[in-house]
Amino acid sequence: MAEPLLKVSGLQTHFFTEEGVVKAVDGVDFEVHRGQVLGIVGESGCGKSVTTLSILRLVAAPQGRTVGGQILFKGQDLLKLPEAQMRGIRGNRIALISQDPLTSLNPVLTVGEQIMEAIILHQHVDRRTARKKAIAALEAVGIPSAASRIDEYPHQFSGGMRQRVVIAMALSCEPELLIADEPTTALDVTIQAQILALMDDIRRQREAAIILITHDLGVVAEMCDYVAVMYAGKVVEYSDVATIFANPKHPYTRGLLKSIPQLGEKKSRLVPIEGQPPSLALLPPGCAFAPRCTEYTRKCSQQMPLLEQIDTNHMVRCWVTAGQQDTPAPAGATR
Amino acid sequence: MTDKLLEVKDLKKHFPIHRGIVFRREVGAVKAVDGISFDVLKGETLGLVGESGCGKSTTGRLILRLIEPTSGSVRFGGTDLLPLKDRDMRPMRRRMQIVFQNPYGSLDPRMMVGDSIAEPLRVHKLMDGKQIQQRVKELLERVGMSPTYANRYPHEFSGGQRQRIGIARALAINPEFIVADEPVSALDVSVQAQVLNLLADLQDEFKLTYLFIAHNLATVQHISDRVAVMYLGKMVELASSDRLYAEPKHPYTQALLSAAPIADPTQRKRDRMLLQGDLPSPVNPPSGCRFHTRCPLVNEVSNNLCKTEDPPLGDLGGGHLVACHLHKVAPASHLLATVPRA
Repeated sequence: MAEPLLKVSGLQTHFFTEEGVVKAVDGVDFEVHRGQVLGIVGESGCGKSVTTLSILRLVAAPQGRTVGGQILFKGQDLLKLPEAQMRGIRGNRIALISQDPLTSLNPVLTVGEQIMEAIILHQHVDRRTARKKAIAALEAVGIPSAASRIDEYPHQFSGGMRQRVVIAMALSCEPELLIADEPTTALDVTIQAQILALMDDIRRQREAAIILITHDLGVVAEMCDYVAVMYAGKVVEYSDVATIFANPKHPYTRGLLKSIPQLGEKKSRLVPIEGQPPSLALLPPGCAFAPRCTEYTRKCSQQMPLLEQIDTNHMVRCWVTAGQQDTPAPAGATR
Repeated sequence: MTDKLLEVKDLKKHFPIHRGIVFRREVGAVKAVDGISFDVLKGETLGLVGESGCGKSTTGRLILRLIEPTSGSVRFGGTDLLPLKDRDMRPMRRRMQIVFQNPYGSLDPRMMVGDSIAEPLRVHKLMDGKQIQQRVKELLERVGMSPTYANRYPHEFSGGQRQRIGIARALAINPEFIVADEPVSALDVSVQAQVLNLLADLQDEFKLTYLFIAHNLATVQHISDRVAVMYLGKMVELASSDRLYAEPKHPYTQALLSAAPIADPTQRKRDRMLLQGDLPSPVNPPSGCRFHTRCPLVNEVSNNLCKTEDPPLGDLGGGHLVACHLHKVAPASHLLATVPRA
């Protein structure tokens, strides 16, 4: 396979707080290729948003610091770039679509001003050209009469339309990588379907890569090519979307899939994952999922398993599945 | 035939919009709920689904008179609740409780959870101090928590645990009927299933009747016997859970089902019905059928009927009700008491 657009390996972002070190991201590995959608799934507090902030180098200093790992964007380590160069990448070649369109737009500026700001900054064009580009961007995301609505304020748009504005802003500089952090969580289901269809078009037409962060396994199944499942700051399973749903290996992934009600099939009882997600400041030694795991062995609470390759494009961080392998594949193993 | 526990008829809530400071005058109304009728049978779970702003939460609160309805009637166990004075309403409130959506906002942060759970018992003066303590312990155990947690404060608990506390509080006075307003949507996926199972177990154990309000179709289908779909303050369809999902008749229900993402990548290529546009404003809802501005089948009906005439809720047989001009059916004036349980 060709060189990935983005390759994250061994990423660690810790927050140094008064209560101790919170290891929000502590071992994240994945790749994203052009024209593909990578889904990052996990529950609140698993570190999925901090992962994206780390990629964009937006983690709030001084408490938060990326203390280890590599983020290779077209072969270049973003963690080693000087801030001035990073600024040329952020919003230009890697763009972020945030979760809540209401708070990510400035209420006292027209949407046009906000889209043009990025275009003028990155593309060094005059206001007239920037305005044309902004109108084109709004049209591309399906906002009717874009030429007049460009002068309106965010509060004059509905939730779905606001999210389109945020997407238009992200697309205005034609980024190669789009990071969408729960882009449809705040939206209704019929509007969610519209926004997902739009993002799928963008991926197809512009060959952009998308990292889609979500907790909704339905959205993952609809949109993603590859999936990274995160738990307590670590990627616990990574594979193509068909394998994740048909042949999940990590007990957490299996538990998640079993615990959701599926439309159209009536199960008498759901099978929940017992217990609560752990606090990141007080992680147990060994595997963080061990206290909730149904396949727990003694080794699990002693030592953290590595993310090991068990098949082409299928990696799992678990002692139990690793134990099933006759010959562990250390070549593919990462920390 | 199963008994009706709750009968709602032509329930309306119009929130007035005021203008002016000195001369305050009403300039319009948000028609949050605009004439809905349904029954809830004893021991069943009726699901209420719809998108934000469709009036589903308002409906739940109107039934409990947490918001005063504009008009209509709500009969609970044969008694019309709306004309009751506060003093007469209180004994009725013992029989009906609510579990709120937001487990972070619905518990008083300065009250120990034991006191929160005990409050309904104290308000209704049902027990003395010792008995209350005993009862709180029982309730905490019943919802799967340690009785020693009674002396802790809400901030010490996770969202799922707080929702269990909210459920314990609702159970405290042995109600017959519980309105569950989006009880799991604020919770993590792995914890949602725990709370849904708890609600199902409690229903079996205490013969509870639920009105389960949610926007997640899969969740509603899982827990409900019958499901009602709302759009812009109106009910557009009501049927048994199985039937609604297998044979949705209203174009809005069809669109809602088709838009819901399915957690199965092999079904990605299925045909989907994508709705255009946004939800219209309930201040000035569209004329005729409220869905006609987004309905993909609006031209299937002759004479522009959809744009001029509001379709009545009609009975397709077997308790499957739909309000759509595409389905010419007898009006369901008698309403749905004959629906077989799923």
